[in-house]
Amino acid sequence: MSSGSHHPNLETLAGRIEAGTGVKLAHCYQCGKCAAGCPVGDEMDLPPCQVFRLLQLGFPDLDEKVLRSEGIWLCLACETCSSRCPQEVEIPKVMDFIRGEALKRGIAHPKSKDILSFHRAFLDSIEYTGRLYEVGLVADYKLRSRHMLKDVMLAPKMYIKGKLGLFPHLIKNRSGMKTLFKRTMGKG
Amino acid sequence: MSRIGVFTCHCGENIGATVDCAKVAEMCKHVPGVAHSVDYKYMCSDPGQRMMQEAIKEHNLDGVVVAACSPRMHEPTFRRAVSNAGVNPYMCEMANLREHCSWVHEKNDATTQKAADLIRVLVEKIKHNTPLYPIKVPVTKTAMVVGGGVAGIQVALDIANGGHKVILVEKSPSIGGHMSQLSETFPTLDCSQCILTPRMVEAAQHPNITLMTYSEVEKVDGFIGNFKVTVRKKARKLDEKLCTGCGLCIQKCPNKKISDEFNEGLGTRTAIYVPFPQAVPNRPVIDTLNCTFYKTGKCKVCEKVCPTNAIRFEQEDELVTIDIGAIVLATGFKLMKTEAFPEYGYGKHKDIIDGMQFERLASASGPTAGVMKRPSDGKEPETVVFIACSGSRDRSKGVPYCSKVCCMYTAKHAMLYKHKVHSGKAYVFYMDIRAAGKDYDEFVRRAIEEDDVKYIRGRVSKIYEEDGKLIVKGADTLMGGEPVEIKADMVVLATAVQSNDRSEELAQTLHVSYDTYGFFAEAHPKLRPVETNTGGIFLAGACQAPRDIPESVAQASAAASKVLGLFSQDQLTREPIVAVVNRQAGPTYSYCVGCFLCQTACPYQAIEQEQILARNGEVIKTIARINPGLCQGCGTCVATCRTKAIDLQGFSNEQLYAEIMTL
Repeated sequence: MSSGSHHPNLETLAGRIEAGTGVKLAHCYQCGKCAAGCPVGDEMDLPPCQVFRLLQLGFPDLDEKVLRSEGIWLCLACETCSSRCPQEVEIPKVMDFIRGEALKRGIAHPKSKDILSFHRAFLDSIEYTGRLYEVGLVADYKLRSRHMLKDVMLAPKMYIKGKLGLFPHLIKNRSGMKTLFKRTMGKG
Repeated sequence: MSRIGVFTCHCGENIGATVDCAKVAEMCKHVPGVAHSVDYKYMCSDPGQRMMQEAIKEHNLDGVVVAACSPRMHEPTFRRAVSNAGVNPYMCEMANLREHCSWVHEKNDATTQKAADLIRVLVEKIKHNTPLYPIKVPVTKTAMVVGGGVAGIQVALDIANGGHKVILVEKSPSIGGHMSQLSETFPTLDCSQCILTPRMVEAAQHPNITLMTYSEVEKVDGFIGNFKVTVRKKARKLDEKLCTGCGLCIQKCPNKKISDEFNEGLGTRTAIYVPFPQAVPNRPVIDTLNCTFYKTGKCKVCEKVCPTNAIRFEQEDELVTIDIGAIVLATGFKLMKTEAFPEYGYGKHKDIIDGMQFERLASASGPTAGVMKRPSDGKEPETVVFIACSGSRDRSKGVPYCSKVCCMYTAKHAMLYKHKVHSGKAYVFYMDIRAAGKDYDEFVRRAIEEDDVKYIRGRVSKIYEEDGKLIVKGADTLMGGEPVEIKADMVVLATAVQSNDRSEELAQTLHVSYDTYGFFAEAHPKLRPVETNTGGIFLAGACQAPRDIPESVAQASAAASKVLGLFSQDQLTREPIVAVVNRQAGPTYSYCVGCFLCQTACPYQAIEQEQILARNGEVIKTIARINPGLCQGCGTCVATCRTKAIDLQGFSNEQLYAEIMTL
């Protein structure tokens, strides 16, 4: 939702969220419809409506509580919340922004490491093959997270069902994909 | 040479503490045209006014400037005083020394100088003033009330009891509106029909009220006191005079499976029907869309059984034009349908119903005779979930406003359910409880404390069906967003109150303004809540904003008193601050060139075309003419006119230029 003509105060986290995502935290009126429909709401230490409440007040210690929470890393960005939100608040955008903020400040929840490893492995697969290459993704994730033997017994079953192709399916214009990554990741 | 008097008021300390009033009075003595200038502590007081009147006579004054507060405050006071002393009231002007000078500036010489300048400007204006006389407009003392719900009935009865004729127009076959559908009313739990039907009968039998049911307003011409309204009387397909309302036709009609609007689709009716047993007038209509005769050309059972031969298959709609002095709009509201909620199943689950459907389920005259049975299988629901704010306060559904009545009727619904099903469980999902009203909050507390209704603060995200139960997924925000899941047998959505179908169309027909959501706009949100911006058209009930019964009735009586005030005079007196089109001798006759840009610009439809005729009847020129009965003096036409042919009386271009050139 557009914030109109006023300029967000970049000194505060709320202001930076508004500048970075266009979402005004004050639009949330704490109805809880996001928490009610969230597929991972049960697992979250802070459900989305609580995240918004803590950020709305603008107290640095409460901001930090959010940034240190595990819940923000569990958000799948499935957008069930934002599609049902009566105030049309784009919650996943905010979740994404504050994950970045938590990493920048170095206070991200310890469990974020595995989640981040997975995200990076996924992006690697896209960058080099242009598609999701499952075996590559699994190997990459395992190297990054060092969970070498976890879920390894699933592999034969998945292979039999044809869920694990041994070779990647490459797209035609891979250099185009590389350029895309270079630009968005700020490497080029 | 003008003889103008200047009267400078101290307004106690309000002006006197900042402006040197004695000096201002002295300075004004030397302004050309001023014959007399004094200052006084309170000019609006009795001695102040008397002093002014004596000065007018003593100095033979022909114009007066009162330098005091805002003209909004005391212009009528001083104009009356001046008029009593024999000077035309429009020769009196007010310089606003308080709001425009003393309240907004420091005490110094410049402030005093500004005060003197403000007076000097108006002295120049008065030199160009001409005496003006109030405009008289005749009044037709018949009112039209559009909409026969509780608000419309109340307006009609109040005006009729005040001794004037009322025509009550209702689009459906019976008066009564939504209130006749309700089971019981909050906060007293008295039976809705028991209190409404006597009023309906009273309205029907009142010698001053003419009911026009099954009719709609088609066209409105004219202006305050002098409307011409065309009403379409839809064909009932029977002769109302011959019909006795015996109901034989309804019993014999073979087409019995039509979804019943009065029961919100929970029951069925026949093709010839009265909406409900207590309908007023008790005369059936034929639903031509569903009648077998109109579909196949065969049947006519009703015609055969009618003992008075009242059925008229060939009857057509009739257009009636009526002279009306005032119109009251009381067209009510509609509820958002359950179809509008994808997350609650798009209305495809039979047991997810809206508030009005619950009213019919709970009503003794409803399809279940007041026994709690859910629509899908007729079983008694053991767990019922009520969801407040369904669609209201929901930008994504286009309704950011609060529907106002849902908090109360949801508490009532939960209570009624518990009274009927003692072992049942009732849950209410709410966001805030807005129970501001006499005995309202106590009522909600009673539902919670005495009837054990469980209130959960949170919005429901999704409802789906599983094993014959409706799974309601919500969260309790008072427990930090803890997900809550309830297996319900029936869900009642307190859906949003919306403006009625075709309200915007009606507003355009009547030239009444309306808001983004189609509700009619009042002239002033605080001080003129039942008037519209169009003179002679008033508002009552939920057509203006969501309202409950007591508010609608109170507003209806307020609107009726406005109409009675209007009808208390034989002629309307209006301020002569209206626009006039220049007229002069031939061969030009007027500066107006007949481009009629003003006609499109006028927000009040006050401008008409006038033909200047020669003696032989030949049209010499067509020019604009402003109807003083309709003109509100806004000046838009003056600004639009390319040939400067239009001037606003009392604020003419000449007067305003004179003011500006003085500075």
